[in-house]
Amino acid sequence: MATSESPRLPAEASLPSRVSAAPVAKPAPRHSALVRVTHWITALSFFALLVSGIEIVISHPRFYWGETGTVLTTPLFRLPIPSSRRLVPTGYNYVLPDQNGWSRALHFEAAWVAVLTGLLYLIFGLVTRHFRKDLVPSRADLSWRSLLTSFVKPLRFKRPGPEEASSYNGLQRLTYLFVIFVLFPLVIWSGLAMSLAFASAFPWSVTLLGGRQSARTIHFFVSVALVLFLFVHVLMVCLAGFWSRTGAMITGRAGTPKERT
Amino acid sequence: MINLSRRKLIVSGLATTAGASGLVVAARLAQKYGLIPPDHGGIFGLGETLTYASQRLLTRHSMAREFPRDRISPRPFPNELDPPTGEFKHHQALGFADWRLSVDGMVYQPASFSLADLKGCPSRSYITELACEEGWSYIAEWTGVPLSHVLHLAGAHPQARYVVYTSMEPNTWDSIDMADALHPQTLLCYGMNGSELPVPHGGPLRMRVPRQCGYKSLKFITRLTVTDSLKRFGNGCGSVACQYGYAWYAGI
Repeated sequence: MATSESPRLPAEASLPSRVSAAPVAKPAPRHSALVRVTHWITALSFFALLVSGIEIVISHPRFYWGETGTVLTTPLFRLPIPSSRRLVPTGYNYVLPDQNGWSRALHFEAAWVAVLTGLLYLIFGLVTRHFRKDLVPSRADLSWRSLLTSFVKPLRFKRPGPEEASSYNGLQRLTYLFVIFVLFPLVIWSGLAMSLAFASAFPWSVTLLGGRQSARTIHFFVSVALVLFLFVHVLMVCLAGFWSRTGAMITGRAGTPKERT
Repeated sequence: MINLSRRKLIVSGLATTAGASGLVVAARLAQKYGLIPPDHGGIFGLGETLTYASQRLLTRHSMAREFPRDRISPRPFPNELDPPTGEFKHHQALGFADWRLSVDGMVYQPASFSLADLKGCPSRSYITELACEEGWSYIAEWTGVPLSHVLHLAGAHPQARYVVYTSMEPNTWDSIDMADALHPQTLLCYGMNGSELPVPHGGPLRMRVPRQCGYKSLKFITRLTVTDSLKRFGNGCGSVACQYGYAWYAGI
């Protein structure tokens, strides 16, 4: 992993193989093994967090700002969905079955997996300079023209050129950095702030967010933002070529399956 | 063919051995220091154990957040209750004059307290938040006798590890570890916001465990059992709630 130079280099530029029996040098992988493994663990735990999170919200689809809030107080907003609790006024004349037991257990277990995987990725990213090499945009990447092009191109359903198969453009880099260093920390923080025991040890974690119910509302909105990211992310993968891009994240090798076989 | 050098083989062998023995040592230590919850089995056991162990290490002595008086919620929400049983109605008609709290199990002096006995004990009041696992929460002032005081009066054995508490509601009981049972904010609560604890909020006597979700704060408490193992209680995972899939430890 450490020997793989910048992924922007063409295959020929990589170091010659130590094994003389192999005449052709292996190109550096599009994604390093650790990025691939952590990507799919994160994807799986995110899916578990999403499903269980939705189930938990169904037991009280009302959101408040500040410290407290119950069905007896005015909500900031409410989701127009039925609830799994009889005493929550929803406008629906039926009550959904209670799924909170396993949902909470799955939510916290998946959160452990996601956070530990995230920590591993973070350490790896710093040690191997993955963030600096692959995600921090260059000055040229950050020009308005280049960012605008990256934004408009997919809107016109233009497939990215071959030069984009081995690296990210400025907009992608900024988005990934935002998700990794803003949205993920915020969703973890606001989630932990809702833990009564965690808040007893670190009361500032709640007060800085404006109270327990504010933390819950922030947790909800950051989760919505993460789902939006996931949506655009999958859309872009489809646009660029679902099988080649997904294959690259599984095997590490860029290019279409046809080219490979 | 995988290119496996001798160095790689030795390094990964050593790493695997170190990892495996590290896990064994960690499990032994966790057991010794009470960091394994009773519901550690099953597919969610790993998550429950990680949460319980890490929160216990962080919070053994931490205090639940307290609030100034002006932040008490004007309309505390009592949540849904099953209709009262005949036995409860009988007690209610008598003004709870005959309500008893019995203490048994690993205690030197099994005891039984009337509400008057409990109110004669040194009382504590805390303005804390009751937060339900569903997401809602309110702030109230809770008044009662610290559970630790009652355990002290009955003489809980030093080997005690859990306190099981039983409600008058049919088939309703739960348990907490000694870290929460001896915690100063854990109350056998008989007063709320300066008056008697209302029946919808669990009057005449409710458990208040402010560092865990509301479902651990059982209403209508009639019995405490001190024990060193939860295996003999119900299906052994520490509460009735866990039969419905709810975690025994609800610090999150």
